[in-house]
Amino acid sequence: MELSGLVEVEDLHKALGGQPVLRGISLVVAPGEAVAVLGPSGCGKTVFLRHLVGLLVPDRGEVRLDGEAIHRLSPQRLREVRAQVGVVFQGAALLDSLTVGENVAFPLRRHRRLPESRIQEIVAEKLNLVGMEGTEHKMPAELSGGMRKRVGIARALALDPKVVLYDEPTAGLDPVTARAVDRVMMEVRAKTQATTILVTHDLLTAFAVADRVAVMEAGRFVVVGSREEVRASPHPLVQAFLRSSGLLGVPQEAGSEA
Amino acid sequence: MTVNATLERLGEATLRRLEEVGLAARFVGRVASSLVRLRWEAGQLVLQMARAGVDSVPLVLLTGLFSGMVLAYQTANQLLRLGGEGFVGGLIAVSMAREAAPVFAAVTVAGRVGAGFAAELGTMVVTEQVDALTVMGIDPLEYLVVPRAVALAVMLPVLVVLANAVGSVGGYVVSVVVGVPGSVYVDSVRLFLDLHDVLGGLVKAAVFGLLIALVACHKGLRASGGAAGVGQATTGAVVAAIAWVLAANYFLDVLLF
Repeated sequence: MELSGLVEVEDLHKALGGQPVLRGISLVVAPGEAVAVLGPSGCGKTVFLRHLVGLLVPDRGEVRLDGEAIHRLSPQRLREVRAQVGVVFQGAALLDSLTVGENVAFPLRRHRRLPESRIQEIVAEKLNLVGMEGTEHKMPAELSGGMRKRVGIARALALDPKVVLYDEPTAGLDPVTARAVDRVMMEVRAKTQATTILVTHDLLTAFAVADRVAVMEAGRFVVVGSREEVRASPHPLVQAFLRSSGLLGVPQEAGSEA
Repeated sequence: MTVNATLERLGEATLRRLEEVGLAARFVGRVASSLVRLRWEAGQLVLQMARAGVDSVPLVLLTGLFSGMVLAYQTANQLLRLGGEGFVGGLIAVSMAREAAPVFAAVTVAGRVGAGFAAELGTMVVTEQVDALTVMGIDPLEYLVVPRAVALAVMLPVLVVLANAVGSVGGYVVSVVVGVPGSVYVDSVRLFLDLHDVLGGLVKAAVFGLLIALVACHKGLRASGGAAGVGQATTGAVVAAIAWVLAANYFLDVLLF
């Protein structure tokens, strides 16, 4: 069964090592919509994202993809669902024993019975989409951080997922590369129409890619709304993000957020 | 108060240990289930057999050769003095087949291959590669652990055959140099060494291979916290694997010989 791309998160609670990390998160992302979860380091963004693909099981509440609670799926159904969700990890998480081409082909070889020539076509097409054409034979260790991230995106798109999740897509990148990755994400979204959820501490990325932004602080959403609504929010964390991203026209304070 | 606090700490430590044992048992159960359902990754299996087995050949040959030589040096000197040169070949061959070759090869492989498994899997955990496999719908145990376990269980006996062969040659040479006639050495081997000794040693090697792979992969997959965590997992894997091999060796001896 193919997913439509509807993602519902209801009252999600999670504690790790006895410390509450998520304290009641609710969010509905419509098929094809792009939502960014914006928050400072350690606020629970990545823990939130890991629940969306069942890498963590909620203490309370649930995550539903097309109405199915992900942590209650049978192992077989969970595999089918995961094949329709592309995840781009923070460090790209490319399998470092495989070449770039083999990495992108990996999910195809696992989930589709396709002739080798067709697999190579899809690999070339996905690498082209992220601006990494012709790098099939390189090893991940030969690539820069930004290039790895692009390959990570290409691999996440290999099976034409209905939902694409990005974990800190611009973390550790210089500002120029970060904006280039933003553009890749925007192009991918425009071409695939996949539901996009990204967690980030980069307000520029959130505003560039997402239709709606959910601002997270200490395991809760404090503001959820469109770019304009978030920009107009008087919440101190939002204000701090806007200042540090230069969007309020006030010079950035040393050691401020993000 | 102090007694209470001590008891509490003891209780906590016991619970933690029990949890560890539970996790390890669950891990072994899941690997066993994948094994019997024949969820084997052929490509990975061949790769691991080459890496763990073929690449270990030089080191195992070296340890096997010197084990045979030192056994010969000690026994031949002693037995010659007592007029027991007819026992030298048999003693060396039986010791090599039952004990020296399987145990030394296992310890060598635990250091070389076990450390490699733990470090590789640990790095894959901390760089989220294991999570990436999971979200691509691939069971990391089937993809990473089962091929390594099968590869080592198959290849360690092969390595032990080689260790036996070079150990016997080394033993022969040293014995002859010390003064045991070559023909007496060979006759002694024929008289004392049973097929059962050799096969028992190979069964032990297969169990050791499985143990080393399981311990190392389990430690690697439980690594956390970056480079330091991977380092700890690697050291822990080698120490635990060697301890398991030596403990298992006793019980296997009781069962087999």
